[in-house]
Amino acid sequence: MDEQRSHIISALVMHRPGVLQRVSGLFTRRGFNIDSITVGPSEQDGLARMTIISRGDDKILEQIIKQLNKIIEVIKVRDLDPEGTVVRELCLIKTHATSESARSEILQYANIFRGRIVDVGPENLTLEITGTPDKIDALIDLLRAYGIKEIARTGPTAISRGSKTI
Amino acid sequence: MKGSQAIIKSLTDEGVDVVFGYPGGVLLPLYDVIYDSDLKHILVRHEQCAAHAADGYARASGKVGVCIGTSGPGATNLVTGIATAYMDSAPVVALAGQVGTSLIGNDAFQEVDTIGITMPISKHSYQAMDPSEIPQMIRSSFYIARTGRPGPVVVDLPKDVQEGELDYPENITIDLPGYKPTKKGHPLQVKKAAELILKSKKPVILAGGGVIHSESSEELQHISELIGAPVTTSLMGKGCFPEDHPLSLGMLGMHGRVASNMLVDECDCLIAVGCRFSDRTTGDVNKFAPNAEIIHIDVDPAEIGKNVDVTVPIVGDAKIILSHLLRILSQAKGRVSNANWTKHVKTFRASCIPRLSFDETPLKPQQVIKEISEAVTDDTIVTTDVGQNQMWMAHYFTSRNPRKFISSGGLGTMGFGFPAAMGAKVAMPDDDVVAVCGDGGFLMVCQDLATVKEYDIPVVVCVLDNRYLGMVAQWQKLFYDERISQTKLKAMPDFVKLAESFGVNAHRVERPGEMKETLREALDSGEPALIDVMIDPNEILPMVPPGCGLTEIVGEYQVERENPGEITYRPSAKETGGD
Ligand SMILES: Cc1ncc(C[n+]2csc(CCOP(=O)(O)OP(=O)(O)O)c2C)c(N)n1
Repeated sequence: MDEQRSHIISALVMHRPGVLQRVSGLFTRRGFNIDSITVGPSEQDGLARMTIISRGDDKILEQIIKQLNKIIEVIKVRDLDPEGTVVRELCLIKTHATSESARSEILQYANIFRGRIVDVGPENLTLEITGTPDKIDALIDLLRAYGIKEIARTGPTAISRGSKTI
Repeated sequence: MKGSQAIIKSLTDEGVDVVFGYPGGVLLPLYDVIYDSDLKHILVRHEQCAAHAADGYARASGKVGVCIGTSGPGATNLVTGIATAYMDSAPVVALAGQVGTSLIGNDAFQEVDTIGITMPISKHSYQAMDPSEIPQMIRSSFYIARTGRPGPVVVDLPKDVQEGELDYPENITIDLPGYKPTKKGHPLQVKKAAELILKSKKPVILAGGGVIHSESSEELQHISELIGAPVTTSLMGKGCFPEDHPLSLGMLGMHGRVASNMLVDECDCLIAVGCRFSDRTTGDVNKFAPNAEIIHIDVDPAEIGKNVDVTVPIVGDAKIILSHLLRILSQAKGRVSNANWTKHVKTFRASCIPRLSFDETPLKPQQVIKEISEAVTDDTIVTTDVGQNQMWMAHYFTSRNPRKFISSGGLGTMGFGFPAAMGAKVAMPDDDVVAVCGDGGFLMVCQDLATVKEYDIPVVVCVLDNRYLGMVAQWQKLFYDERISQTKLKAMPDFVKLAESFGVNAHRVERPGEMKETLREALDSGEPALIDVMIDPNEILPMVPPGCGLTEIVGEYQVERENPGEITYRPSAKETGGD
């Protein structure tokens, strides 16, 4: 019961200015943790979907969901079961790469991880990868040896598997 | 029509006939329309008082109270009042002026991010960016403010939006897909609650402000009498159950009655209705009602399980749920038998009735409150400020009806009592209204004596004058080695002269017996008045120290010895079916 777990919360909200502030402000004010929050338009006009990754025990999770539901612009909230959920994150990684050997190794890693090189410079390569946060972490660890210059991650977004919708 | 005209039309369509406000540059278009509208505008002398007055108006009447402040400093002055209403779930709509839309974000003169500032302290907020949005926004604001768990809603109105043109729609429909408060409690949960109640041998009811909002006092009283369960209340619930009823225990909590604190500790089933288990009510939650299964009825699902774990949660409107519960319990009448418990409750209650009669000077606050109780009627509305004055009133004053005891609970806002009384009197002109304040808190808002004078709002302010920030000094005495740091009020005005300088009648009371007469005369005069009551600065109210359980009371609890028998309960005309 008291176990702290990471939760994937999916919320359907009105796509209006200020809604993200209301949601993130709620987390700050109530002392809830936010690991990440992503937002973008949903399948319905005027509605956006937010994916919030938060840590906490069951009691905290219950409060998060109840408090989110109190926001007038929040239409639906679900705690997604990690097993039945597809979670993806996009990451752009700019690495240092001057030698030929480094370049070909990085290219190989990119292939293995189903990533792509999206920009090439005389001294650097930029990779694009999507996947679970764990997979992205693994690639970043491998690339550290070459010297990472910049990382930009979107934070995970999620959708439940199968025909279920929220 | 113009945006500003649409604002006034929307307000009057909502049935608003009075607003409390203070103008400013960006509100010129609105105030120009107010100039020849039928809307009564009460010009307060500080926006904080506008918000508290709207709040007092709302709590006394159950209607939505409206306050207005200009952009920037006007809006920030409203903030304390908005937060106060939010914490106590009072339905208030706060209209704030804003700089023109083209200036927003430029740090223009008197610009402040009102929406950003009020987001965490309001139920919802709107900013109109086009005049055509006004009718729908104001309509929705009132709907949100008064439905579900009531609360304040802020509407930010840029100057050019007030000036712009719109076609006022004929029909306005409320379209809030994310807002659907649950009214009817889940039948299965109600059934479970009934079973738990039928099984219990020592039930206690804890009633909060939700009972008052949902107007379910009658249902509550029926259930209490049916199952022989005593009723204790939170500060917000005070008055929802007649406090001279033999089953009334009085307020629970840090400054609660001994009977409440002890019997909640003892009970095996706690039926909590429309209360949020604030730390001031529960004391240490780990020691709260240790022997009880808890049933929690609340319209706000987020309140259930937030502070206290409950056995049976029921989300919905208290009136609907209590009626449902009452139906089930009435059918099972033969199975309800708590006669022993009820008898124990009544005897125990009688053994710890607090002492009220004192004949010494300086005047004891208990004596003052006893005399206030004797001077008022069941219809009198009393408001309190915050501090010892508030807790003395909560503890010693006998409230018999809902909406007649108004106090800032959740935020504990000093400076609330007087303007809230002003709002309550405007809402209920036929009821006497008395504000009981401390000297510190009253001084924070005393400028609004000008308002009660100008608009002839006959409230009576009783300043319990102890020349201390009494409540804080009490804590310093009890918990900080009597180190009275910054709580002695050395330079204070002569409150009688202060009031007189505003043209308000004023009196001073110093001896036992004087308060009752002075207050009655002041109320009968039909004019605003101030009574400066010189009280014993050393008197403290026994309390449960923060972090302790409800039974761990410190300080001497003086019990009424002369008259320990049964309390005489006078059923009101309504209860007896009389006229
Ligand atoms: C706006 C505000 N500031 C500070 C406090 C903290 N506070 C709580 S009670 C109190 C003392 C109140 O003194 P007074 O108004 O004289 O009333 P008394 O306790 O003496 O009855 C203070 C300072 C508060 N509740 N509200």
